[in-house]
Amino acid sequence: MSSIADTRAPTVPHRRMPAATSWTLSIAVVVALLSLLPLGFVIWAGIVTGWDTAVQLIFRGRVGELMVNTVLLILITIPICAVLAVTLAWLTERTDLPGARLWSWLAVVPLAVPAFVHSYAWLGLWPGLNGLTAGVSISVVAYFPFLYLPISAAFRLLDPALEDQASSLGLPPFAVFRRVVLPQLRLSLCGGALLIGLHLLSEYGLFAMIRFDTFTTAIIDQFQSTYNGVAAYMLALVLVACCFVLLGLEAALRGRRRYARLGPGVARQVRKVRLGFWKYPALILPLGVAVFSLGIPSLTLGRWLIAGGAEIWRTDEVWLALWQTLVICIIGGIATAAAAVPIAWLSVRRPTPASRFLEGCYYLASSMPGVVIALALVTVTIRVILPLYQTVATIAIAYVIMFLPRALVSLRASIAQVPVELEQAATSLGRSPGNALWSTTVRLAAPGAAAGMALASLGIMNELTATQMLAPNGTRTLAMAFWALTSEIDYAAAAPYAVLMIVFSLPLTLLLHHHSKKIAGR
Amino acid sequence: MTELKLQSLKKTYGSVAALAGVGLTVPSGSRTAIVGPSGCGKTTLLRLIAGFDTPDDGTIAFDGETVASFEEQVPAHRRNVGIVAQDGCLFPHLTVADNIGFGMKADRATKLAKASELMEMVGLDRAMLSRKPDELSGGQQQRVALARALACRPRLMLLDEPFSALDTGLRAATRKAVSEVLSAAGITTILVTHDQAEALAFADQLAVMRAGNFSQVGAPRQVYARPVDAETAMFLGEAIVLPAVVGQGRADTPLGSLAVDDASYTGKTQVMLRPEQMTLQQSDTGAAVIGEMVFSGSTCEVLVTLEGEGGPSFRLDIPSLSPLASGDRVAISVSGAAHLFR
Repeated sequence: MSSIADTRAPTVPHRRMPAATSWTLSIAVVVALLSLLPLGFVIWAGIVTGWDTAVQLIFRGRVGELMVNTVLLILITIPICAVLAVTLAWLTERTDLPGARLWSWLAVVPLAVPAFVHSYAWLGLWPGLNGLTAGVSISVVAYFPFLYLPISAAFRLLDPALEDQASSLGLPPFAVFRRVVLPQLRLSLCGGALLIGLHLLSEYGLFAMIRFDTFTTAIIDQFQSTYNGVAAYMLALVLVACCFVLLGLEAALRGRRRYARLGPGVARQVRKVRLGFWKYPALILPLGVAVFSLGIPSLTLGRWLIAGGAEIWRTDEVWLALWQTLVICIIGGIATAAAAVPIAWLSVRRPTPASRFLEGCYYLASSMPGVVIALALVTVTIRVILPLYQTVATIAIAYVIMFLPRALVSLRASIAQVPVELEQAATSLGRSPGNALWSTTVRLAAPGAAAGMALASLGIMNELTATQMLAPNGTRTLAMAFWALTSEIDYAAAAPYAVLMIVFSLPLTLLLHHHSKKIAGR
Repeated sequence: MTELKLQSLKKTYGSVAALAGVGLTVPSGSRTAIVGPSGCGKTTLLRLIAGFDTPDDGTIAFDGETVASFEEQVPAHRRNVGIVAQDGCLFPHLTVADNIGFGMKADRATKLAKASELMEMVGLDRAMLSRKPDELSGGQQQRVALARALACRPRLMLLDEPFSALDTGLRAATRKAVSEVLSAAGITTILVTHDQAEALAFADQLAVMRAGNFSQVGAPRQVYARPVDAETAMFLGEAIVLPAVVGQGRADTPLGSLAVDDASYTGKTQVMLRPEQMTLQQSDTGAAVIGEMVFSGSTCEVLVTLEGEGGPSFRLDIPSLSPLASGDRVAISVSGAAHLFR
């Protein structure tokens, strides 16, 4: 071996970064800096406000109330979601539950219903709904799929041999579940719980509609009533601190160990647990979940659509909103996927500490609540580059910051599936490097890019907070129109917008479900 | 110390019969190896014994106590059967100590003491107890898996190709260590493998499996020297099968007249010789010619073709220092009797 190294050494005196890599890295750095803008803004706001004012604005009764609300909401919602998601995932993936596939789809479909539409639907049935109980119930229904998706995927990937091994060591079935299965679900549990926690922190519509105050609703109230920065900025500072607490907790709980199967070989196909007597009683759970998460929205929307008749389809307004939403989704989706390409390529083909650090920046930036991102972009555009205020460019930047990781995950997975050897083979067959890249990696990674774009678009379609604060004058997306009409208590007229959002989100949600199965190799 | 008895076990997956009525007795404290090509039903058999799957028909009994039959099934966690799988199957989220202590019912200190005792027994350093499985080599993982299975004092130990993921040198060493540990503990053991050398070296009793059935069960030497048919013979090692006309304890073969191991048979059949029964000697009047030679270190593999129309040819290993060369004419002498297939 040493002789090979010796002969090579003189020909490559020191390695220089290829031009393509350094360009890609520069773009990735620029995107990262842009993404960190909101965080920088919050820190800046804290500094300019000054210590005394900040203390005065932060340590007051109102903030305390909001903090209690937020903490209770998170502490109650996440455990319920976790128990529900683990049970449902176990039933649909590991047992002979009748119609398991169907229930598995139905457990993901609630993601197609924007969170604030869930609130709207529940209010349609129980008009007096408000407070913590309502907030928790609706949040569980709206967000448990964020846990169900990764956990059901993890169930599919678990090696059943480990469970066999544990029972041969004398563990009864429940102990096997507790000591072998649950620890291996920890990564998915932590990831899903973090996602739900961040959503709870950043959601506006769901809680505003049932008059449950959180930091996000309070910031928007401030923003709308006074345009006065300082108080809103300080709330944003606390909100960002909450996000950091969640991120820190998740990192601590997750640990650093890999839990995958050790050693070579393919995991054996899982045998389904026979539910026996419980086969049909067990259906109550998925059925109940479907009733609350899909039945209630369908019922309310159906009722309003019938009550409103043809009149509520004020076609020009509805179609205009749809058109504007689609345009924004496409622009935002393309921008997000494009912004994710450099880092996706770097993290697969040139993984270095720097690329991992950049990735961390993107994830951190996207975990900032939409309201903070919007507040930052509003402030920066007004104070620094006014021509960009309320333009498509600004809102596209907001979407890139918020949804880049979604595009990154799909893109990276598909680039990773294209071995670099293919590109090298193309080059050895006489293609130029650019041409080789185009005809191999780009071709093969295209479905992943499309999926990433679709996932980002799904987020954009249902995004309300930032869109409301940043959209160019005259823009009225489906979500904005829906929100405006429900604020005027015109529930019937709002129904068509909700239906359109769901109809357009549905295929994307199903794609998400399909994707999670594919990642698990089924 | 447990005697294992299987009676007409059947298991079908879809339309494929993985086990077609298997019977076997494994005497208490002995070691039995089950060999067969992949897909012959070996792993299915182990899974039934461990209790991970249920037989469609037949019974499994430990010391006369039925643990699986059509009517009743003792679940895996109450059978106390240790199993070491191909890749060790260590719990990736636990340390080595926690893996070994996993099935023990004792307080932490006792578990740790027992774990370090077992580590010594399987020839590993106690310092490894605090490591995670992914910090161990394949051979070490395998030994930890054995220690983990031993910690529960199993009535029966099942080894499912436990050495096949290891490289050659490590394989022999690990096999020797495992077999010594199991002998010392006196645990009835079943080893499943597709490697015939491993099976022959390990077992007191050898069972050759083919398409869901045992084609032959017996002591390794006996099965090797007196296989029931050509296929079994070939599976256990190189075999030279020749057409023969047999009478009065001798066979008339292309190699000349040979003694056979079954004097009672008369008629046309096939006989088998193992390569180690043959010696080649350079001779201008010899009946065979050496063809291709492949050098492989200490030995050379030579292709020997018997003279005559369609004369059979076979491969033999000879010492690589032998003066024989390609094209040489040789005489073949045979020691011992040829085995006769009835």
